[in-house]
Amino acid sequence: MKFVKALASATILAACTFGSASAADLVVGFSQIGSESGWRAAETTLTKQQAEQRGIDLKFADAQQKQENQIKAIRSFIAQGVNAILLAPVVATGWDEVLQEAKDAEIPVILLDRTVDAPKELYLTAVTSDLVHEGNVAGKWLVDTVAGKPCNVVELQGTTGSSPAIDRKKGFEAALAGKDNLKIVRSQTGDFTRTKGKEVMESFLKAEDGGKNICALYAHNDDMAVGAIQAIKEAGLKPGKDILVVSIDAVPDIFQAMAAGEANATVELTPNMAGPAFDVLATYLKDGKEPEKWIQTESKLYTQADDPMKVYEEKKGLGY
Amino acid sequence: MTSTVRTYLTRLLPQLIALTIIIVAISMIFPGFLNLKIQNDRLYGSLIDILNRGAPVVLLAIGMTVVIATKGIDLSVGAVMAICGAVSASLITSGHSLAETLLVTLAIGILCGIWNGILVAVLDIQPIIATLVLMVAGRGIAQLITEGAILTFNDPGLIFIGSGSFAGLPMPVVIWLLFGILVALVVRRTALGMLVEAVGVNREASTLSGVFTPVLLIAAYVLSGLCAAIAGVIAAADIKGADANNAGLWLELDAILAVVVGGTSLLGGRFSIAASVLGAIIIQAINTGILLSGFPPEFNLIIKAAIIVFILVLQSPRFRAAFTFVSIPRAAGKPTEREAK
Repeated sequence: MKFVKALASATILAACTFGSASAADLVVGFSQIGSESGWRAAETTLTKQQAEQRGIDLKFADAQQKQENQIKAIRSFIAQGVNAILLAPVVATGWDEVLQEAKDAEIPVILLDRTVDAPKELYLTAVTSDLVHEGNVAGKWLVDTVAGKPCNVVELQGTTGSSPAIDRKKGFEAALAGKDNLKIVRSQTGDFTRTKGKEVMESFLKAEDGGKNICALYAHNDDMAVGAIQAIKEAGLKPGKDILVVSIDAVPDIFQAMAAGEANATVELTPNMAGPAFDVLATYLKDGKEPEKWIQTESKLYTQADDPMKVYEEKKGLGY
Repeated sequence: MTSTVRTYLTRLLPQLIALTIIIVAISMIFPGFLNLKIQNDRLYGSLIDILNRGAPVVLLAIGMTVVIATKGIDLSVGAVMAICGAVSASLITSGHSLAETLLVTLAIGILCGIWNGILVAVLDIQPIIATLVLMVAGRGIAQLITEGAILTFNDPGLIFIGSGSFAGLPMPVVIWLLFGILVALVVRRTALGMLVEAVGVNREASTLSGVFTPVLLIAAYVLSGLCAAIAGVIAAADIKGADANNAGLWLELDAILAVVVGGTSLLGGRFSIAASVLGAIIIQAINTGILLSGFPPEFNLIIKAAIIVFILVLQSPRFRAAFTFVSIPRAAGKPTEREAK
């Protein structure tokens, strides 16, 4: 049946231009990296949901972390004659050839969540978040919350050398620049994991006078914050009160912590990259208007005032 | 008796010297390092952190020592940790009792060991390849169990294993102490240890002299699987959740390193469980020391590598020869590090 449908859409494709295809009979191929993290799983779930809502026939291919699988998937999408391809690239390089093949077949490619090192004319647009901006939003929240009071900040960095770790640090430091009351006293990597987040926080607490010297914790992702919250509790302090906790990603578990008053704020890295992608695709196919080369997703700030339990219930089913 | 103690101490001397140097060095950089106080009914301080955070690697190292003594290696322990963490979290969240959860989890660990053991002992596949299978596949199995997400739980009994305390010590420390003593007694107070060493030195000769090698080999991998299962439960209980992607990741390498730092040869034969435990504690002391020192994270691995190289040099036969050469003329008095150089 699917094969017949693919054949049919291929015939339609051959018969008419992109302009005349409506959303109802769109066939879109999605080459996903894999399911290495909860966030990735949520992105897959949301992409499928978004496609269903718009009546788009989504062809999903899981690459299991391998670029060769992604290239194979894209070639098969081209052979099937899909209307568009979504690609979450596992690495940045090595895409020129296959993207050119898609371009030759006049199939627009939209990059999700990550970008590639390829000439910009080879893809329609890239939908990603701005990592520096995320760090900045977290930093601004902290600056506003402490409101001029002196505050020693400890930072749990992501995996050393990874782009989220570098950029989220940069954005946060930019927000703190010129605010003499805020000082980053310790900064160490927690490898984006709960275990390391907890271990490193334990050492921060020991090193800074049992934690009395620390006024806020900034973690590059929520998982490290969740681990650190446990360390703070075990040290006999109250996370969220004695030590403010701000992190990035907005995974469901941090909303539970916020509801319990143990975390203060998180900046969302939205797993809904497909929604904006489908929107620009629809406009492009209708009017033929080329979108901007980069579409930035919103980095929304959630605090304890945003009914965390409700957000938790919404997010819990997404596969995080 | 005193001579046994002396041989024992001589065996552990390089590790003890290394650990002392590291602890002295850290307490010079960070003065509060040796402080201990009672908080929440248990000892609290950086030294306790080292024993506590080192628990998974200590446990893995205990099993790894016996496997390495048989001239084998077990690369799958990290993945087995992830599987067992995932199993315990999914059982406890689906309403099973703590006893059932632990029993099934440990049984799964043993099963993983049997699998490795059969590949090595019966099918005669090289240990590094045989255990690589489970190392790669195991994490996938763990991810299947947790469906890719971090499976969180709130059962106080299971959480107690990770962050509770007994007799003033954190539970993980109590567990590895008891388990380590038990394993050491079993292998050293019976002929088992000697048989393991015999198999490691020459498998064929041992078989010909009547040692039932396959069973002994399988038992070694089963012990390793059991250790990994306990470590997996501790790691999951510690963060109140099973993280299939990261639990035990690369810990097989730390465990092998602990055994090597402990002075057991990767070529099999003589082994010491106490030395491997010390090796694991040395590695954790370095990790904790780096965290306390406040260096930028870019330096973590470089510092760790430099210290490990130093310790390995300390144990090398050539260095030891020089060491004895220097110390013999001054038979009395313990030679210090500077004299040895």
